[in-house]
Amino acid sequence: MNKKLRIWLDGPYLIWTAAFIIIPLIMIVYYGLTDKTGAFTWSNILEMGTPERMKALILSLILSLMATVICLLMAYPLALILSRMKTGAVGFITTIFIIPMWMNSLLRILAWQTLLERNGVINQILGMLNLPKLYIINTPYAIALGMIYDFLPFMLLPIYNALQKIDVNVINAAYDLGANRFQTFWKVIFPLSMPGVISGITMVFVPALTTFVISDFLGGSKVLLIGNVIEQQFTQVGNWNVGSGLSLVLMVFILISMLVMQHYDKDIGERTTSL
Amino acid sequence: MRKAISRIYLAFIFILLYAPIAVLIILSFNNSRTRAKWGGWTLKWYLSMFQDQVIMSALWNTLLIAVLSALISTILGLMASVSLLAMKHKKRSIVLSLLNIPMLNAEIVTGISLMLIFIAFGQFLSHWGYMIEFGFGTVLIGHITFNIPYTVLLIMPKLRQINISTYEAALDLGASRWLAFRKVIIPDIMPGVLSGFLLAFTMSLDDFVITHFTKGPGFDTLSTKIYTEVRKGIKPEMYALSTLLFASVLLLILLFGRGRKKKPAPELV
Repeated sequence: MNKKLRIWLDGPYLIWTAAFIIIPLIMIVYYGLTDKTGAFTWSNILEMGTPERMKALILSLILSLMATVICLLMAYPLALILSRMKTGAVGFITTIFIIPMWMNSLLRILAWQTLLERNGVINQILGMLNLPKLYIINTPYAIALGMIYDFLPFMLLPIYNALQKIDVNVINAAYDLGANRFQTFWKVIFPLSMPGVISGITMVFVPALTTFVISDFLGGSKVLLIGNVIEQQFTQVGNWNVGSGLSLVLMVFILISMLVMQHYDKDIGERTTSL
Repeated sequence: MRKAISRIYLAFIFILLYAPIAVLIILSFNNSRTRAKWGGWTLKWYLSMFQDQVIMSALWNTLLIAVLSALISTILGLMASVSLLAMKHKKRSIVLSLLNIPMLNAEIVTGISLMLIFIAFGQFLSHWGYMIEFGFGTVLIGHITFNIPYTVLLIMPKLRQINISTYEAALDLGASRWLAFRKVIIPDIMPGVLSGFLLAFTMSLDDFVITHFTKGPGFDTLSTKIYTEVRKGIKPEMYALSTLLFASVLLLILLFGRGRKKKPAPELV
């Protein structure tokens, strides 16, 4: 390809990336490290230290880790079951797991209010069965449930893709060499599915850590997550410096999770683009 | 036994995923105005939603932004994918990691950073008396930004599968570069381009966070409208409209999925 053509081809994309991805991120760093007059300060970062915000940050970390672990525990067996199905059924079954995403995501989370309320659908069913009722709406448990529900497909699809790519011959070889089911899974299948597990973990952890919608809808404005704190800084308080400072702290956690992912999977860029 | 357990497990997950959707669909037929009470079956919300100016304009904004952002990001993504293919390994890995930023970063951070850049740009322009209005334009730019990586993600693999010899054969047989590209390359990558467009369209249709931070007062998409309505109670028309959208997308998928199985006949010049 000649040079002139190439500049015309990647020019627009690179300019777009610079203008709307790189420079905006630099803006957050700038706002986060300066005060209203533009002078350098650490105070916006230190704003995270107030008891109320620390509480929100710690709760966010606990809930998002919890949601990630439960998603993994739920999605892995599911991906195993799906990966063993006949190829015809697989297309149909995976579509079934993607279809819910076509209903507006805010409404889907909102529907959990109707399901979980004191006299909601679930409690009425439990009542009919003479089982103890579930009172978790407006508590952190409801938020965790919302996270698991909303992000489960993000965990399922990468693991499923990784399992699909495993060569059946490798598994058969393990059996031929005398490994039992458990050994084959633990020594062959699971390690080979690791890239999917790792990318599933980041795909769930980051959105769960930073959500403000799920906590808004299912926490009944009683429970604040770090996403809510930052969102309020921008839309209600209007202090962009503090908001950016808090975002910078949040980005540290996002960066850590990205680095962990890169550590386990060096070629992540190549891999995610060749799904 | 194992089979029975996996069946039960699949059913459990299925119920978990579809219970909220069932709730929403049933609510769209609820004759009572609040979701707390069941007032019998009705179809009235499916009629009255068309009279609701606010909902209709939010729907129009949502669809227009979804189509435009999917179209523009597919074009930009296609251009980027073609040039990525020709890049040297080192440069390519840099561009690929740039590409990953909006996908791996938190939506709230992307949204805030876009809001800050629009404000800064607005202040810059105001020296010359121009104004930036937060609304359609800013939301559209935001959506294109988060959509580009997804289009590249789906177009790249198709581009890699291309056999460059067929393109060269076309050139040898006297086709111009552009003609060869149009007649040889484009048909090969069309499935990737189409699914990239569809994914971008879906992502845009369902987005809330980026829109929330890049929109201005007086401009709403369906998602932002739902968010502001939550506290005073969602209008039942919203359930009806979402059910209708859900059903039409489902129908489109079924039709598209069936159409894709047929192999398209090779088109001759």
